[in-house]
Amino acid sequence: MVLAVRKSVEWGITAAKLFVRRECRILSTLPEKQEYAEKQIERAPSGRKSITKKSILESRHIYPEFLPDPNPNWRNSLREKLEREDMLKRRGQVEIPEFYVGSVLAVTISDPHAQSKTNKFVGICIERKGCGLRADFTLRNVVDHQGVEVRYDLYDPTIQKIQVLRLEKRLDDKLLYLRDSLPEYSTFPFDMDQEILPEGSEVPVNPIQVVLKPKPWVERWERQELKGIANIEEYLTEKNKIKRELRKTPWEKYDLMKQYRKTIPIEDQKEIWTEVYTQLHQLQSAQKKMSRKRVFTSPKSLLA
Amino acid sequence: MFKTLVSKIIPSTLTPTKCCSIMPPTCSFHTTSCLNEVRLLTRLRVVDNSEIGKRAMAEGKPPRVICVYNKKRVGFIGDRVLVAIKGQKKKGILVGLKQIQKVRVPKFDSNNVVLIDDNGTPLGNRIHVPIPTILRTILKERTHAKGADYTKLLAIATRFV
Repeated sequence: MVLAVRKSVEWGITAAKLFVRRECRILSTLPEKQEYAEKQIERAPSGRKSITKKSILESRHIYPEFLPDPNPNWRNSLREKLEREDMLKRRGQVEIPEFYVGSVLAVTISDPHAQSKTNKFVGICIERKGCGLRADFTLRNVVDHQGVEVRYDLYDPTIQKIQVLRLEKRLDDKLLYLRDSLPEYSTFPFDMDQEILPEGSEVPVNPIQVVLKPKPWVERWERQELKGIANIEEYLTEKNKIKRELRKTPWEKYDLMKQYRKTIPIEDQKEIWTEVYTQLHQLQSAQKKMSRKRVFTSPKSLLA
Repeated sequence: MFKTLVSKIIPSTLTPTKCCSIMPPTCSFHTTSCLNEVRLLTRLRVVDNSEIGKRAMAEGKPPRVICVYNKKRVGFIGDRVLVAIKGQKKKGILVGLKQIQKVRVPKFDSNNVVLIDDNGTPLGNRIHVPIPTILRTILKERTHAKGADYTKLLAIATRFV
């Protein structure tokens, strides 16, 4: 009897381990793995749990900066907790909307150097990185035929307003290759109107492929397996192609340990999301109400 | 291993012996991306409509830095530089850099310079690219009552970012 109980306990532990191992693969914040993650959730039993789990897994894409850096040398649970509190406080003060790399944003900051004391910049988000209060994003635009990039801290107290003019994703995680592409792909007018998505719809992925300028480039784009470039092959020499083949690491997607080290395990994530989820949800619903009000009373819609 | 890979990729064009002569198996130098600093002999882009600047850019001979007037000898935003342009020595002010900038300071796709004379008066009368707003404060600090007045440059700017 005792033996049987012990066996069953052992079996449970091994099953849990297997489950954890499987889960750790879904926990990366990379967008490509999103579909895979959702499939896994659909398989999971009991309706209520799956809903909460799904919302947890979705919020890791919407609020990636709430997850700490997975490097164990930089972890400090107390600091992380304090940072999360500060981030929530800041989010209560200023509306930080959901956005992704590839979305077009308008950021207004208070600028002591400008004449009007405010400064507005519009551009496409080409990079989003950092954890906690150090999270930042980079906007790019071409103004008067001159490429300009501005980096902003997400929780900068000088930010007055962040507005998402066009909410969409692109094919890649980083759009740094826009620096070497033709200027029309990163040109956005400063008086661009906000495009409102119908409610409840998924964030669309823009499948546009950019056309690169000839070399010299900022980086070796051919080695990065980018999907958003249309004409990279015509600029490559034989040597480039050989080097690309030699530098490929096709085994990396099977390296479970590497993936595990790059991501936060599900137990830790659950703790974090249960801590912040109710407050984030409240903020989100309040923002939705506000946006609806604004849409309803805007004079433009009345004129149309 | 290497030879087989090469022959797989391009079986006809290159023989393995040729390939090895082109590409050594290991590199002894590092290949990290550069810092894009403005130093001695950096090529700049003139962004005002001064006659000499326009002609130099049109001929495809952009000016070169021959001195940066600060202690570090690396040019930052708002720094004064001496450039060699069309066989002449001219002073200029850096108004936009390629280098990685601090948060909220714009980073440009080219190193931009506006030519000035010794009193700080710009040679052209229009700047046709955006100018960072932080330059307002920097140039005001650099200007002294009896020395050169650099704030005249701000008056000919068309757009700030």
